[in-house]
Amino acid sequence: MRFEAPETVEAAVALLAGEAGRAYPLSGGTDLLVQMRSGRIAPDLVVDTKRIASLREIAREGGGWRIGAAVSGAEINENADLVADWPGLAHAADVVGSTQVSGRATLAGNLCTASPAADTVPAMAAAGALARIVGPDGRREVPVEDIPVGVQKNALAKGEMIECILLPERGPRGADAYLRFIPRTEMDIAVVGCAVSLSLDEAGTVASARVALGAVAPTVVVVEDGARALVGTALEDGALDALAAACEAACNPIDDKRGTVAFRTEVAGTLARRAARTAYERARDRA
Amino acid sequence: MSAIHVTAAVNGDPVEFLCQPEETLLDVLRDRLGLTGTKEGCGTGDCGSCSVTLDGRLVCACLVMGAEAEGRQIGTVEGLADGETLHPLQRKFLEHAALQCGICTPGFLVAAKSLLEKNPDPTEEEVRYWLAGNLCRCTGYDKIVRAVMDTAEEMRNSNAA
Repeated sequence: MRFEAPETVEAAVALLAGEAGRAYPLSGGTDLLVQMRSGRIAPDLVVDTKRIASLREIAREGGGWRIGAAVSGAEINENADLVADWPGLAHAADVVGSTQVSGRATLAGNLCTASPAADTVPAMAAAGALARIVGPDGRREVPVEDIPVGVQKNALAKGEMIECILLPERGPRGADAYLRFIPRTEMDIAVVGCAVSLSLDEAGTVASARVALGAVAPTVVVVEDGARALVGTALEDGALDALAAACEAACNPIDDKRGTVAFRTEVAGTLARRAARTAYERARDRA
Repeated sequence: MSAIHVTAAVNGDPVEFLCQPEETLLDVLRDRLGLTGTKEGCGTGDCGSCSVTLDGRLVCACLVMGAEAEGRQIGTVEGLADGETLHPLQRKFLEHAALQCGICTPGFLVAAKSLLEKNPDPTEEEVRYWLAGNLCRCTGYDKIVRAVMDTAEEMRNSNAA
C-alpha cells in the first residue's frame, strides 16, 4: 500500500485516477481504517485529503454554505452561524459516534461509506444538499441522495472524490431537525433516523419542506409525499397524520436484532411527526 | 514499499520515525516510539483506550494513520504529569479509586484533560457525554465521573486563587 498526502485537489484526483489498483481518499478515517483492519478492503493507495486547504474549509457560498470534504462533525458544531442555519444537520453530525469519532468523521465520508443507518445522510438529503464531485473529467454537482446506491456502495466513478457538500440558502424562516431512535442515549447506530427541513411564509404556513428517512431501506429515502403533506399547513394534526402515513408507506426496512420491520415502520412515522414539529418551532423562533 | 519518514511533536518534544503506510498512529506510538501508555483495546475506535490529541483534537490513535502525523502535534498520557508531579486528574483518579485494572485509564485521562481544556466547568451530564467513547469494564463509571468533576472544581479554584 502507498500513502500520499497531496496539497491540491488536482494532485489528489491525479493520484486516485492514476492508481491501477484500489485507491481510497482518507478524510476522517473512522470507517476506512476500520474496514482496512477487518480485511474488508485492502487499498493499494490511500490519499489523505486533509492537507488540501479548501477541503478543510467551512465557507459561505451562493447564499448557502460550502463544507469541505475533510471538515469534521466537531468543526461543523463549532461554527455558530452554520449551526444556527442548519441545527438538524449539525446535530446529526454531532451524534455520529463518540467525541473522538466526531472529531474526525466527515459528512463526505458518511455519504461515501453508504451505510443505510448513516445519521448525516437523511439530514443532508432533507436540507437539499448537493455533493460537489471532482474527478479526471472535471466537476459535477449531484443531490446527496444520489451518492449512496446500495448498502456500502456509492455512485463515485474511479478517480472521483467528493470535494465539498453544498447547503442551499436557508432563508429567514427556515429550519431543520434530525431525530433518531436508538435504545441507548448515545454511542449507537440509528434504528430509524428522520430529518425534516422546512420554511415558513410570513403567516407561519409551511411554504416548502423536505423529509428524509434513514435506516428504513438500503439507501436514504426522500419522502416527497410526506413533504407535500406539510406544505400549506401550520402542522395541524391532519397534516402530521398524513406525514406519518407517507413516511410509513415509504419504509422498506429489514428485520434485525436492532428492530423489526413493524417497529421501524411505526417509529419512522412517530419520528417524522416529532422532527416536523421541532423544525417548525425552530423556524418560527428564527422569524 | 519503503518506509515513510515522519517528523512530528509528541508532548511538545520533536520526534522522527519511519513507519510503514499501513501502520496506525497507535502502532507508531507504542512500537516505534516506545510510548506504551496509550493502550490498544478494540482497534476500531469503539473503546477510547487509545485516546490521544492530534493538533489539540481528541481522537482515537487506532483510527489515525502514522503517516498522517507529519508536522502534527500529538498529546499522550505521558505528557500529563510534570516530572514527578502528577496532573490533578491523575491525583484525583487515585484519590477516588477511579480505576481498577487500569487499561482504560490513560484514555480516560487524555479525554478528560481535553474536556476540561474546552469546558472547565462541565455538568455531570456533559462529563458523561464527553467520555461516552471511553469504555471501562471495571468501575461502573461513577468514580471516574466524580474524579473528573472534583478535578474540574479544584482546577477552577486554583486558577481563581
